[in-house]
Amino acid sequence: MRFQFVLGEVFSGLRRNTTMVVAVVLVTFVSLTFVGAGALLQAQIGKLKDDWYDKVEVSVFLCPEGKSPAPSCAGGEATDQQVDALREVIGTELSGEVSKVWFESKAQAFAAFEERYPDGYQGTQLTEEDMQASLRLKLTDAEQVAVVSDVLSGRDGVEVVEDQRAVFEPLFRTLNVATLLAAGLAGVMLLAAVLLITTTIRLSAVSRRKETEIMRLVGASNLFIQLPFLLEGALAAVFGSLLAGGGLWLAVRFMVTDWLERSVDWVAYVSEVDVLRIAPLLVVVAVALAALSSFFTLNRYTRI
Amino acid sequence: MIRFENVSKVYARGARPALDQVAVDVERGEFVFLVGASGSGKSTFLSLVLREQRPTRGRVYVAGRDVANLSGWRVPTLRRQLGVVFQDFRLLQNKTVHENVAFALQVIGKPRHVIRDTVPEVLDMVGLAGKEKRMPTELSGGEQQRAAIARAIVNRPQILLADEPTGNLDPTTSLGIMRLLDRINRTGTTVVMATHDDEIVNEMRRRVVELSDGVVVRDEASGGYGEREAILPDVGSSPVLDAPGTGTRLPAAPTVRGS
Repeated sequence: MRFQFVLGEVFSGLRRNTTMVVAVVLVTFVSLTFVGAGALLQAQIGKLKDDWYDKVEVSVFLCPEGKSPAPSCAGGEATDQQVDALREVIGTELSGEVSKVWFESKAQAFAAFEERYPDGYQGTQLTEEDMQASLRLKLTDAEQVAVVSDVLSGRDGVEVVEDQRAVFEPLFRTLNVATLLAAGLAGVMLLAAVLLITTTIRLSAVSRRKETEIMRLVGASNLFIQLPFLLEGALAAVFGSLLAGGGLWLAVRFMVTDWLERSVDWVAYVSEVDVLRIAPLLVVVAVALAALSSFFTLNRYTRI
Repeated sequence: MIRFENVSKVYARGARPALDQVAVDVERGEFVFLVGASGSGKSTFLSLVLREQRPTRGRVYVAGRDVANLSGWRVPTLRRQLGVVFQDFRLLQNKTVHENVAFALQVIGKPRHVIRDTVPEVLDMVGLAGKEKRMPTELSGGEQQRAAIARAIVNRPQILLADEPTGNLDPTTSLGIMRLLDRINRTGTTVVMATHDDEIVNEMRRRVVELSDGVVVRDEASGGYGEREAILPDVGSSPVLDAPGTGTRLPAAPTVRGS
């Protein structure tokens, strides 16, 4: 009986305020889409890091045969003794950080190069002698690259220590900036959503002033009087969050899974599963929004 | 049933109190008229009973409860024992007579079968049998007030408060309403009625509490409305009213500069 009555009040309230309710739905939809997009971008960054950082290795390029700008290469091409000394250092000082070491000779480097660029690199003809020997290190923890670089740089026979992660940094920076942008827009839209829900509840309360007045006088409880307004705001917000979840699902389905993944397939992408994972979060945010707005409004407009 | 112990109510700091040291005791089953000019404190009295206001000083007891110190979440329980009727009926215009009365039970969570049984019974008692499906706009003023009374008593309150229930009605219709209130009173319901209607008060001969500027000036067991000012007192002559436009005027201001 009570439940049915409250539901009836909720729906009559929603009907009476259709335009405002639609506005609430749209604003929460847009704001939570931005929230979700930010979350998906972060998930994407996480996936890329997982995927790539494991494959990343640190290359310690050894001094080449000719002239080199590095002062540690004043003695010409790196000697076998120097390489052995480097291996020694890696085996002792860096035993905790480095999990695997191997030597890539000029011949191996040329083979790898030819495999990658069978027609020559940008029209130049390179030979094996143009290649550079290097020590390749696999790290136990990709974040420890700075330590490794500090220890090995400047030693005799080492020209330069290169961290392949540096290649990805601009990409991650771009994704992070995009996340910030989404978060900023989401913040503004969330504020708008709170204000709009507040106004909707206020309008609804004013348009039902006579009913609530009678309810107060015949002794209806506070909760009973306020519940329809609470549910109205919450229902509209939750509907908006479901739309946002649906929108993100469609975006991931058609833009990432169907398109990006087919054209650039060597990258791990976010999938529909990730959307399903953040969708409950969006609903929770929507309910929190509605609760927050109700808290500010209701006590003022439906006082016992 | 209702007990005011030296109750004062001041709305704004420093203003004249709306009620000043009021001490009134209403027994169970009594019928009390609250009379006095507009602004004498009748409405404040009723709103203190309903706990729409809290007294500035003193204590108010309603049905054994200390109303002034009642915590907010208990107020609904208090109000379920009170019925209220207003001068302007306050029916919900978008609901039928039946729905209006049922509304009072729905919102306090009464089960459906109770509503189905009680509402027709009460409508029958107030004399609205057969008009359950009418909208308030399709009823006369007296019928609307009967519907409002039905809504007030449908939950069988111990006390019925009426704030000028006949204020919008003609004398004949008012009489019918008073008969109804009297009948409700006879079933054991305490009735407190604020009114300006001296004819009704004089005819009913019930207890009369007269307020004037927030002070109880009279509390009579079976009293009349009391002295009324004459409607047409001797006003005396007024030049403006008696002969507008011909009264003596102020002489024109003298010119300072001569030509």
